[in-house]
Amino acid sequence: MAFDKMELRDIEVWDGNFAAAQALRQCQIDVVAAYPITPSTPIVEGYAKFLSDNYVEGEFVMVESEHAAMSGCIGASAAGGRVATATSSQGFALMVETLYQASGMRLPIILNVVNRALAAPLNVNGDHSDMYLGRDSGWIQLDAYSPQGAYDLNFIAFKVAEDHDVRLPAMVHQDGFMTSHTAQGVHTLSDDVAYNFVGDFKPMNDMLDFEHPVTHGVQTEEDWHFEHKARQHNDMMTKVLPKIQAAFDDFEKLTGRKYNIVERYDMDDADVAVVCMGTSVETAREVATEMRAKGIKAGVVGIRVVRPFPFFEIAEALKGVKAIAALDRSAPGGAPGMLFNELAGCLFNSEERPMLSGYVYGLGGRDLTKKHLVDLYTELQANVDAGKVTTQLQQFIGVRGPKLAFL
Amino acid sequence: MSEMKKIKNLKEFSTSADRFEGANLLCPGCAHSIIVREVLNATNDDLILSASTGCLEVCTAVYPYTSWDASWIHIGFENGSTAVAGAEAMYKALKTKKRLKQPDRNPKFVSFAGDGASYDIGFQWISGCMERGHNMMHVVLDNEVYANTGGQRSSSTPIGSSATTSPAGRVSYGEKKNKKDMVAIMASHGIPYSAQVAPNKWKDMVKKIQHGMEVDGPVFINAVSPCTTEWKFDPKDTMLLTDLSTDSLVFPLYEIIDGHELNITYRPKEKDIVPVEEYLAAQGRFKHLFKDQYKYLIKEWQERVDANWAYLNRREEARV
Repeated sequence: MAFDKMELRDIEVWDGNFAAAQALRQCQIDVVAAYPITPSTPIVEGYAKFLSDNYVEGEFVMVESEHAAMSGCIGASAAGGRVATATSSQGFALMVETLYQASGMRLPIILNVVNRALAAPLNVNGDHSDMYLGRDSGWIQLDAYSPQGAYDLNFIAFKVAEDHDVRLPAMVHQDGFMTSHTAQGVHTLSDDVAYNFVGDFKPMNDMLDFEHPVTHGVQTEEDWHFEHKARQHNDMMTKVLPKIQAAFDDFEKLTGRKYNIVERYDMDDADVAVVCMGTSVETAREVATEMRAKGIKAGVVGIRVVRPFPFFEIAEALKGVKAIAALDRSAPGGAPGMLFNELAGCLFNSEERPMLSGYVYGLGGRDLTKKHLVDLYTELQANVDAGKVTTQLQQFIGVRGPKLAFL
Repeated sequence: MSEMKKIKNLKEFSTSADRFEGANLLCPGCAHSIIVREVLNATNDDLILSASTGCLEVCTAVYPYTSWDASWIHIGFENGSTAVAGAEAMYKALKTKKRLKQPDRNPKFVSFAGDGASYDIGFQWISGCMERGHNMMHVVLDNEVYANTGGQRSSSTPIGSSATTSPAGRVSYGEKKNKKDMVAIMASHGIPYSAQVAPNKWKDMVKKIQHGMEVDGPVFINAVSPCTTEWKFDPKDTMLLTDLSTDSLVFPLYEIIDGHELNITYRPKEKDIVPVEEYLAAQGRFKHLFKDQYKYLIKEWQERVDANWAYLNRREEARV
């Protein structure tokens, strides 16, 4: 091969952005079409630098908008090769039209989404508004809680998305700044081990196979549109989670690092549980342990796979729990919150039907403190003791001014 | 090396192997399919094509059918150019990495889009593609209106035309703004080749397309495409309308090399130049201009066309 390999230490000190950039290099991406936006920019800058230092071979196309970035990725992917890019927030919002087109055309593009709030007011910090905006777009969505996760989940994403039984694009999420700009120890894979895990790109319906011309992006109306969307949904619902689980299993055999579709922490005998995503999972785990010392049987469920939503796996993880809090890091715009709604859906038909309350937190990068979580677990225990939800169903936590609670 | 097609006459052209099938849903008399065939027929090389959302796209790739016997992609309204640019980037990447399935081929990358998808909603994407130097050609099928959505004005719609969003009425002569000079804007990107073409002058067009396919870098082509539905003329008169457009000099045919060197490629003899009035009179969209109160607009039209022709001639003479 004409490019140079990079010698990595077993543990490198990387932030989430650089970890993701290294994963893209090791997957030997053929084309990156990208546009800068805080806080995800260093991922594509990383690829560009690796390219100029001959640590990767491919084409970096610095386009004129995020919409064009995903449009270029779609063209490149349809041409037949490995494609990735990164974005955040407003850039993600600008891409939304093309996200639906990428998934509808069954193109296995990998998008690193460094989660950030959506304007207005303009804000560069991390919340999950952009992640939520993409939740109906037909993309697989994996959520990293740390730089290590941002690194590892990229390999999982390529392996699952490019599987010919799947052929769906995938997002790897990490929290803006909290993960993307916070350097931590990251256990690395050697270039060969990483590449072999993902494997060579196997083209399908590639435009550049001149002997077999293909038509991508057709018109369908009421005669066929529904069947296309239904087939796509069917594959998402029936094929993706088993493939993710198989990839997690292979990855554990290779590295010893275990990922789960739903991450349980102290859930075996938990009476009260917090369900959350991103960096909040780690904070919640720490507080749960402290609550246990105080005699409250607290647990944490972290969502690792946001789409397809692990409906039964989450219900299973929450079995026996009496009071549950759904933590939504996105302004719900007149509804209880995505996670609250999804959990309600999971639990409504369960025999125990536990108590569920929702908390909106951390908008625009506002810290979620241990104190918030202590209070939250205490409220959940009060619900258990009273046998009913003692608070309003939706509470805003960590916001200044008079207490905001609804429903 | 490129392999360009040698076609001597229209008979040969009509029987030439085709990668754009006649089986499509375009209106009878639509010039789009004529232009597309002339572009595709310019080369024997492999083609990677795109269409932006619009008449051409909705009429040629209705599942489970396709009119395209070459790889073709449609994403959306604004980004057909960038789809091809992405494919071109992948071609370069796979060539470097020695992963092309047929490494000896010399594909040409061409995006087609209407004037709405080029002058308006796709403007930024095309500008990006031209500026970045992709080895691709963008062809505008310029019918001066949003035909696919039913006749709304675009920034290519000329003054005095009645469009559904700038309709002529008791107190209005229709569109108030003049057509945007897209060829000049694209040439200003410093691209190696840009040109205006018309399907009636097919030899001129094929020559320009072949030149565009041989140069290294982005190429912009603006093709006049008379629209029987929105320009309101009989479907059998498409070529007549195209002749009127080029012979009245409303659509002068020229090329701009490296962003500055302008050559006029069709110069009707003085006695053959058709008054603009005849061009306007042949189309229902300009019918209201022949009322007494709007006749001054026809005079202004002629003055504008004359001034533009003089300008192009000065540009050509000046060689700058």
